[in-house]
Amino acid sequence: MPAVTQTREAVEKLGQSTYKWGFETDIEMDMAPKGLNEDIIRLISSRKEEPEWMLEWRLAAYKTWQAMTEPKWAKVAYPPIDYQDAHYYAAPRKKPGPKSLDEVDPELLRTYEKLGIPLHEQALLAGVEVPEGERMPVAVDAVFDSVSVATTFRKTLEEAGVIFCPISEAVKEHPDLVRKYLGTVVPAGDNFFSALNSAVFTDGSFVYVPKGVRCPMELSTYFRINAKNTGQFERTLIVVEEGASVSYLEGCTAPMRDENQLHAAVVELVAMDDASIKYSTVQNWYPGDENGRGGIYNFVTKRGACRGARSKISWTQVETGSAITWKYPSCILQGEGSVGEFYSVAVTNNHQQADTGTKMIHLGRNTRSTIIAKTISAGRSDSTYRGLVRVQPKASGARNFTQCDSLLIGDQCGAHTVPYIESRNMNARIEHEATTSKISEDQLFYCRQRGLSEEDAVGLIVNGFCRDVLKELPMEFAVEAQKLLQISLEGSVG
Amino acid sequence: MNALSKDMSGPLALFANRLNTLAGPERQAAAGALARTGLPDRKSEAWHYTALRALGKQDYAAPPAQVDDGAVRTLLDGVLCAHPAMAGLPRVVFVNGRHAPAFSALPDDVDLAFFAQAPRFGLQAAPDRDPLVALNTALAEDGLYVRVPAGVDGGHVMLVSLGVAGAEPVSFHPRHTVVVEKEAHLRLICVQAGQGAYFHNPVTDIVVEDGATLEHVTVQTEAAQAISLGTLYAHVGHQSVYDSFVLGLGGQLARHEVHARLGATRGVVHVNGAQRLAGQQVGDITSVITHVASDCTSRQTVRNVLDGHARGVFQGKVLVERIAQKTDGYQMNQALLLSPDAEIDAKPELEIYADDVRCSHGATVGALDDDQLFYLRSRGIPEHEARQILIDAFLDEAIALVTDATAQTFCRAVLAARFAGKGDVA
Repeated sequence: MPAVTQTREAVEKLGQSTYKWGFETDIEMDMAPKGLNEDIIRLISSRKEEPEWMLEWRLAAYKTWQAMTEPKWAKVAYPPIDYQDAHYYAAPRKKPGPKSLDEVDPELLRTYEKLGIPLHEQALLAGVEVPEGERMPVAVDAVFDSVSVATTFRKTLEEAGVIFCPISEAVKEHPDLVRKYLGTVVPAGDNFFSALNSAVFTDGSFVYVPKGVRCPMELSTYFRINAKNTGQFERTLIVVEEGASVSYLEGCTAPMRDENQLHAAVVELVAMDDASIKYSTVQNWYPGDENGRGGIYNFVTKRGACRGARSKISWTQVETGSAITWKYPSCILQGEGSVGEFYSVAVTNNHQQADTGTKMIHLGRNTRSTIIAKTISAGRSDSTYRGLVRVQPKASGARNFTQCDSLLIGDQCGAHTVPYIESRNMNARIEHEATTSKISEDQLFYCRQRGLSEEDAVGLIVNGFCRDVLKELPMEFAVEAQKLLQISLEGSVG
Repeated sequence: MNALSKDMSGPLALFANRLNTLAGPERQAAAGALARTGLPDRKSEAWHYTALRALGKQDYAAPPAQVDDGAVRTLLDGVLCAHPAMAGLPRVVFVNGRHAPAFSALPDDVDLAFFAQAPRFGLQAAPDRDPLVALNTALAEDGLYVRVPAGVDGGHVMLVSLGVAGAEPVSFHPRHTVVVEKEAHLRLICVQAGQGAYFHNPVTDIVVEDGATLEHVTVQTEAAQAISLGTLYAHVGHQSVYDSFVLGLGGQLARHEVHARLGATRGVVHVNGAQRLAGQQVGDITSVITHVASDCTSRQTVRNVLDGHARGVFQGKVLVERIAQKTDGYQMNQALLLSPDAEIDAKPELEIYADDVRCSHGATVGALDDDQLFYLRSRGIPEHEARQILIDAFLDEAIALVTDATAQTFCRAVLAARFAGKGDVA
């Protein structure tokens, strides 16, 4: 019964009621002055040694952003953000081009250790070979604040023809690819936060999997917000060519902070004919304290384009962190017979607010989408599922199934479901169902009667509630996610 | 008051002449609120799927004082002949929003009054929250006030609203109030029909007191060119029942908006509906069911059949406030698309702040089931008939929820008369 053991261990740790991953790293930072204007953008671009076209692109996005207003439709409330009161560029000071681990700042390595980056992670980074037959290695592109400092497995990947590098590097080394795809899934002017990101993004990952290649390992990026008052603006672009496939893992932890930090990432996925992309996220940024002070503001635009026939994009997310979450990983199902999936667990506790969901836009014939969203609210938090399923006139034979379940723990929280269902094709079939309830007394009683404490029992039941989603996660993440659920719900029972 | 006219831009300009000559504090306040907000556009979340562009650019005049009796008689006969039992029911007939005594057959067991004699704006519909209520408040001329005294079974009352427009488009904004006192019972059947181009903007304020029951069926068969935007507020008391059903068939643009509030324990609300639309019609069923007391139940089943270029909209929100523990809420919206150009937009919404609740909703969209068609055809039923059977059966599952047998039969008769032999795809 590994799940039970996990649960018990996790609950035992609940005694220490502080944010487990809340620590700071003391590293010298190279920081731009506060504020946002064309000069800052020029500075970012020049620090990144970007080509002219990239700067133009940023400046155009900045102009667009200036004309836009912050969206207000989400069910989240927060004090107005002063966009001029943040640093838009912060880079750990480093020796030029850390080619090996020895050159990496030891403080950074210790940070990874604390983060629990299994830099098999750690060992593999240090050059230890994994014997044949052991579990699949994972490549890590660790983002420390804004600059990627370590990329492992570069070689194995290179042999397979896979490009996996910081996007800042890709801009320089693969400009044709980046230019061809950047901003084609999420245009700069798509929304307020995507425009902001396009203007000031500092780093992120770029993945290119060439035709027919099955990426030999799971790709993983650990994001981490570190310096005080630095907004982080990741930009991720994943392009998977015909018949190729990749599984990408994104995990996040952040040090404890008293001041709100803004995060506005953009993730773009492109899948060609028969390509498949699996994008998994465990998001565990600092959610603020019990009184709702501090915490990360997470305004993310994630979108995948299934451009090719029979292509597939699958989003899996476990959202436990952030004070505010505003996130709708979406699929544009353009290619005939393409498939979009969205599996989500969103947990809110204390004063957290989450407005998250997905969009499935069916454009091509026989496109299919599945949405499984599990929402858990505890404490004084509010959690909203907001999803759109749209079937356009040409999407004959489109099929959607949506299931949204909400679980309320305690009588001071809220759980909301706001699906939008739009069908303009008579041959499409859409099914949606949603339920909201609390943990049943019967289930609790059953567990208690077998000697589990109330908190253990709740943990067990919550894990069961989320099973449909957790089982979609890659193994490494599934274990971490289960623990996270426990920790996030700490103090919400009894 | 004339200062107002400066603010009357956009669709509001259509009513400007009338809004500038209002008397009375309520009307002036409402006109002021309207001038501030204007009519809602699609940026407003509540009107995301329904645009009011159809209101057009022509001015809406106040209805003429004299209306052709022959036209009214024909329309009324159309309503009453749909089902033999209807002619025998007490009825209050409004023509272009004004009471028409000559056509009415007033009931005995209930108290009646008319807005034209004693204006009652009711307590629930707030002009500053809803622009259409504001428009109604500003321009209301008449309306029915019906009160069923405590403990009385008021039987059936029919409220017939007929629109009769000539060359010039008219608008009318009746204001109705229904009070069912403690332990009383009323079966209210509202029928909307008409001819020509008109804009019908009724606001209905309903109070169902403790232990009372109101069975409320609305049959909307407005004229093809008509715009019908009705708003209804219902307050439901302790152990009382508000059981409503709307059948939406007519109009170029019709919206039936219900706000039901379960304000005391153990109340029950049903907001059911069915709509069958074709051509260029847009039909919108919108509801907000608010639970503010514990142990209440709300049920909603809405079925849509859409043909031609028709567009159906369903927006259903169930709001469960923190205090409303032990709420049982269920909502189901289903749509059948019969043509490649038909469209359905649905937004079933749950907003829940209480933890000890059981709430669920579901939605489905699809075409007629090929297997079911095949089953019927394999038994020798021609295709158009088979389609008709399946469509009727689909809608009937909603109509079957009407508890008042007379109203239920009436709904079926109206539907059958309108769509006889229309099983084929347009």
